[in-house]
Amino acid sequence: MAAPRPERVSVLLPTYNERDNLPLVVWLLERTFSDSGIDFEIIIIDDGSPDGTQEVAQQLEKIYGSDKIVMLFLFPSGTAYIHGMKFATGNFIVIMDADLSHHPKFIPEFIRKQKEGNFDIVSGTRYKGNGGVYGWDLKRKLISRGANFLTQVLLRPGASDLTGSFRLYRKEVLQKLMEKCVSKGYVFQMEMIVRARQMGFTIGEVPISFVDRVYGESKLGGNEIVSFLKGLLTLFATT
Amino acid sequence: SLQAAMTKLGQWLCGLALLGSAWAALALAPPGLQPPAPLRQALLPLPVYLLVAFGCYSLATVGYRLATFNDCEEAAAELQEHIRAARADLRRRGLPL
Repeated sequence: MAAPRPERVSVLLPTYNERDNLPLVVWLLERTFSDSGIDFEIIIIDDGSPDGTQEVAQQLEKIYGSDKIVMLFLFPSGTAYIHGMKFATGNFIVIMDADLSHHPKFIPEFIRKQKEGNFDIVSGTRYKGNGGVYGWDLKRKLISRGANFLTQVLLRPGASDLTGSFRLYRKEVLQKLMEKCVSKGYVFQMEMIVRARQMGFTIGEVPISFVDRVYGESKLGGNEIVSFLKGLLTLFATT
Repeated sequence: SLQAAMTKLGQWLCGLALLGSAWAALALAPPGLQPPAPLRQALLPLPVYLLVAFGCYSLATVGYRLATFNDCEEAAAELQEHIRAARADLRRRGLPL
């Protein structure tokens, strides 16, 4: 029997003005991976943050080593993943938010789930099992559940959380998906899952907790809702 | 398969066209070809009934999911602890925080 291929996880972290959170996320990632013995690298893709995020990233690289921390600067955020992937040396790619709403502790669970079903994608879900959210009021939760219901009815995607952005992909799968997806923001995350299903990729789910420490300051605006609906209808009509 | 090749919009339009034409053929048929009166009486308002039923189902489903949306109190508390540990350790390692 052939020896199992050594695994490496590349974490793609797009950042914008995350000077305070970036060191914490990196610390948590390093802890999680070394506690579970998983080989990793963190690719920080910064969109020209004016708050000193890049300086912090450089300091982190000194602390953790340049084989663990890779930095890419000044890419428009829509293309962060595409560029990040070019530098990724892992066979699994994790996409997550850098603002601590996603906790790295779920990554080993993603990997366990991936092995369990040999899934092409493992998606963190806030809507199933003991997944959930902290820091949202009733109105925000209602919008979230309502939008998700509409998405389920229109797109029948086979995954419970389409706008979530905490996922593990096999590298080849992400590469193929990136070639096909054209949307931005929330809709991009939705399009990835929809296209993945179209292309016959398998999707596993792991419940995650989403800790929103920012909601108090940044309410979900009418603009975001309108662009979500536009994106949803576009996917409805084109996929 | 045909279903795979169609967009979701296409599937909906096909489905609606099929059901719509079946309903129209039965409910709006000319006098010679009409189904028996009780069947016609049930068929005529059927689209509206189905719409209302779907509306109720939607409200109930979203309401239920809203009510059972988990609040991750422990996750938030755990995160605060982890943040404290991270800051202390990073300071030790020379990161000016």
